[in-house]
Amino acid sequence: MNLLIIITESFRALRLNRLRTGLTMLGMIIGVAAVVLMLSIGQGAQANINNTIASMGSHLLIVVPGATSSGGLRFGIGSVKTLTAADAQAIAELPSVEATAPVVSGIAQFSYGANNWSTSISGVTPDYFTVSNWVIERGDIFSEADVRSATRVAVLGKITAENLFGTEDPIGKTLRISNRPFLVVGVLAAKGQSLSGRDQDDNVLIPLTTAQRQVLGNQFPGSINLMLVQAKSAEMMEEAEQEITRLLRQRHRITGKMENDFTVRNLTALAAVASTTAKIMAWMLGAIASISLLVGGIGIMNIMLVSVTERTREIGIRMAIGASQRAILTQFLLEALMICILGGITGVALGITCAWAISQIADMPVVITLSMIGLAFTFVSIIGVFFGFYPAKKAASLKPVEALRYE
Amino acid sequence: MSGTNIAPNQPLIRVENLCKAYNLDHPENQSACHQVLFNINLEIYPGEFIAIMGQSGSGKSTLMNILGCLDTPTAGSYWLAGRNVATFSGDELARVRNRNIGFVFQGFNLLKRMTALDNVAIPLLYAGMNRSESRKQALSLLQQTGLGQFTRHYPNQLSGGQQQRVAISRALVNQPQLILADEPTGNLDTQTSQEIMALFAQLNRDRDITIILVTHEDDIAAYANRLIRLKDGHIVQDEMRSPTTV
Repeated sequence: MNLLIIITESFRALRLNRLRTGLTMLGMIIGVAAVVLMLSIGQGAQANINNTIASMGSHLLIVVPGATSSGGLRFGIGSVKTLTAADAQAIAELPSVEATAPVVSGIAQFSYGANNWSTSISGVTPDYFTVSNWVIERGDIFSEADVRSATRVAVLGKITAENLFGTEDPIGKTLRISNRPFLVVGVLAAKGQSLSGRDQDDNVLIPLTTAQRQVLGNQFPGSINLMLVQAKSAEMMEEAEQEITRLLRQRHRITGKMENDFTVRNLTALAAVASTTAKIMAWMLGAIASISLLVGGIGIMNIMLVSVTERTREIGIRMAIGASQRAILTQFLLEALMICILGGITGVALGITCAWAISQIADMPVVITLSMIGLAFTFVSIIGVFFGFYPAKKAASLKPVEALRYE
Repeated sequence: MSGTNIAPNQPLIRVENLCKAYNLDHPENQSACHQVLFNINLEIYPGEFIAIMGQSGSGKSTLMNILGCLDTPTAGSYWLAGRNVATFSGDELARVRNRNIGFVFQGFNLLKRMTALDNVAIPLLYAGMNRSESRKQALSLLQQTGLGQFTRHYPNQLSGGQQQRVAISRALVNQPQLILADEPTGNLDTQTSQEIMALFAQLNRDRDITIILVTHEDDIAAYANRLIRLKDGHIVQDEMRSPTTV
């Protein structure tokens, strides 16, 4: 008997028991939909993180002051102002380092006309924009000359610009920062949340020197809060880390067993961890969802066993008129497989619909890939064969006489 | 049908020292065996019309099942059309059942969810024929057995006699040399029984098909030209006789 005929025979058998077939299929549908949904949500989250990482800038090290001790008291990271802009300049000369971007930051009050807004302000150099991958949407960034002469110019983050200026074009307007007038020269393109969940677009960037001298108040001269260091390449990051440590220990006169008064962190490594976490999360969600597929598979096996018992006489008749064991096995296996594959198709459609609905309603990023659908189908087929085989084998190994005698 | 064309003087069936025992609950325990057939020896020639008689429990159904390759003997050999099928595997036996043997049962054993036409066509499908060709052949056979207008009917829409005619058509569709009929009239009234028996006699006469019939009714057995009587697993009578003319 050729395969096409066996397929139509199996189809006929499934159609005859529509309710039962439908209910069994429902197990598969829900399972597949859950897998597709979970994977798409998980991969959406992962894609989101990857975007954030890309927006962060590549092969970055971050140097922060702190972890220092004074007379037995130990201070946390960033609590002591030990890093200076001069340190940043020295680090920039290191062979493994591409660029450095010293940053001072704080909170300030901004006002424009009747609007006012309080948010973080950072004093930076022009290198900061390239090192941390900022894209200018309108206007321009400030220059080295602005930093040297501590000009009152500002580049606004997207959110800040919207909060202060609304629909107005901020370029060329003057806003007040801590009551000093600043000229807006540029607006940054949106970047979204950082890995720590902070909105990176709600900020104002001004020249480093202006921030140090005029906005953030009386600080230890030239001190900075942190510094971003871009290594020449991903491979050189460790080398850069060592060179920076050596140089800073030397510059800060730290010798022997004395603790460093700074910390070098590898942001790329942190990002990789976050990305891996998201990936594990995505697969874990998928794995949990696939348990429901497994349960669906057990349901199929159950129903197929009932069906084989109910149709024992039919099997006997088929054997008497010449059905080989192989033909019987194929017929029942195909019935199980067909439930799985039809359930799989419906499940994928349902899963995609749900994923789309979630992305619309909850504003969550979802990613649906072809490989995901392929995976669902592979899984479903494996389940069909795995759980369909035992009942089919049972049907095929019935003895013709006994099957014919069955009432 | 390779290997099935045998000379008329060669037996179609030769059974030698055939035994059948059922190991009921303890297959390993010989004393728990229940032997049903004892050293059956039998030769059946092409074109014979045989009635096997005996009381229930005499082993006639078991013998029938073995002759029909639905069951295998415990000991002895069974040569069908020159081949010892006692040594055949399950799938080889399925092929023999499909090509060489047609079955007619007391309870008709049609597939309930299929039309008469499809029921007749299935043996052809199992033989590897395509759907349309098999339906064409099944249709012509149903027309020959007088069921041309019932092809689209399901078994439960047909009378007992009609169902048995469908079953006979199904048995004939692969052109077997041998038809095994196990109490084919057991569920039919006298009038219909006679019609069905007349059909068997006609097939035997016109197409030279060997027919083996199991029955316990003398007037049904009277259609056969050879009578084999079984008792407690032994052949106690095997005689030729002139059949009732139809």
